[in-house]
Amino acid sequence: MEQIIFYILALIMIVFAIASVTSKKMLRSVIYLLFTLCGIAGIYFLIDYNFLAAIQLTVYAGGIIVLIIFSVVLVHHIEMELTLAKRSKQILTGLACLIGLGIFLTTIYGHQFNVVENSVTTTTEDIGYGLLSYETGGFILPFEVISVLLLASMIGAIVIAKGKKLTDKNDTTL
Amino acid sequence: MNISLNITKTITELLSGFMPESAANIGAMVTIALIYLAIFAVAGLYLVLLERKVAAWFQLRLGPNRVGPWGLLQTMADALKLVSKELTGTVKADKFLYNLAPYFVIVSSLMALSVFPFTQEFQAFDINIGLFFLIAISSIGVIGILLGGWASNNKFALIGAMRSGVQTISYELSVGLSLLTMVLLTGTLQLSEIIEVQKNGWLIVQGHIPAVIAFMIYMIAGTAETNRAPFDMVEAESELGAGFHTEYSGMKFAYFFLAEFINMFIIAAIATTVFFGGWLSPFGITESIPWLGVFWFIGKTFMLVFLMMWFRWTFPRLRVDQLLTLEWKYLLPLNLLNIVLMALIVWLGFTIQL
Repeated sequence: MEQIIFYILALIMIVFAIASVTSKKMLRSVIYLLFTLCGIAGIYFLIDYNFLAAIQLTVYAGGIIVLIIFSVVLVHHIEMELTLAKRSKQILTGLACLIGLGIFLTTIYGHQFNVVENSVTTTTEDIGYGLLSYETGGFILPFEVISVLLLASMIGAIVIAKGKKLTDKNDTTL
Repeated sequence: MNISLNITKTITELLSGFMPESAANIGAMVTIALIYLAIFAVAGLYLVLLERKVAAWFQLRLGPNRVGPWGLLQTMADALKLVSKELTGTVKADKFLYNLAPYFVIVSSLMALSVFPFTQEFQAFDINIGLFFLIAISSIGVIGILLGGWASNNKFALIGAMRSGVQTISYELSVGLSLLTMVLLTGTLQLSEIIEVQKNGWLIVQGHIPAVIAFMIYMIAGTAETNRAPFDMVEAESELGAGFHTEYSGMKFAYFFLAEFINMFIIAAIATTVFFGGWLSPFGITESIPWLGVFWFIGKTFMLVFLMMWFRWTFPRLRVDQLLTLEWKYLLPLNLLNIVLMALIVWLGFTIQL
């Protein structure tokens, strides 16, 4: 049963990943990418990483894809199509992809994977304690560093979005 | 996968009495999917009828009263009419995305429906990240609206879709933060455990002042997230025709329409579960009869749905800038302060336990 679901999800991911890079319409390839990301979330659900699956759905499907859709919708007209790249570029990209795939596959097949007998669902409580513990195996330092990084990027976004001070008196009505 | 599925277990045991195990598993899944689809359709149609009746009541009219007793079959007849209508489309639309968009909206709201504990036993998917899963799913629905608006190749539809995107992304933050305030009290995200916690008093009583503030913020943001009046700039009739679904007809329009009403039900059901004790009866008066829980759950949910309909006929529509000011300058800072207040109250033990 789980095997069948895994193969269905894998097929969805591979087919839509290929469709995403070959589609000539921009918004369609974004949607194909969304299906690929949902497939990954499905794999996480299958192996009982519920928290990670929900994160995948919120951050990638709900956040990043919506942002990409926004930017595509703003700049792209419905009748426009992407142009094909030059033949030499196509061959070069194909070769690069093949090399990457080859390295990836040899690593996967060369590695000895341990089969876990009984799967245990990681609860959010465990994740919370893990993030905030300062003993060995705790993640308090990376957690704090990421918080500082997020704060810095938020402030940066506000500074960029605000731009120059409005000097024109007429604009202050906003 | 070892997720406890309450009704799934019961149905699987029932089916495995006369079937091999693998067939029983699949049979149980199909049965539950059909049950939830039926709930989805019936609840959606009767919410539409309820909306029309409430609207009529507020405007001193009678409302639908011709089809069936008290007009009870009106929306059924409407649905049959919509099924038989022609599916039109624009010539230069992106056909694939145009046809796909309604399914995003409807599938995301159907998935959200599956995690609610209607009673102690009647819950399809008791996942340990329940609330977070609901927030994650609700962020997918907006993609359907954005796609529908863009793919129809219509200016009104595109403006409606962009407004919807802005609105949903902004107000999702308030929904998430106000639910987070309540999670501070419960200490768990699993919906069945959240209800267990409330056996010592509903959370709105346990958390008193910050819980009431969180409830008010949640209802405002929830109404905005479902794109209903007074936040219905997405389909403001006087400005945009019908907004993002201007070009849709027949059943595809009905999908958007049903999903909007089911989303309203979902927002009310989350509020019921998190603030008002879900299927628990007030003061435990029907504790000895567990199946009565479904009546309490549905009753409380419909009270909140009525509240949202009341909003619709009370407040005038906001402008876009007013909408964004409300969220970013008032609700969000208030919400952050409220979380600190709730944390203090939980830390110092000032909660009310009955």
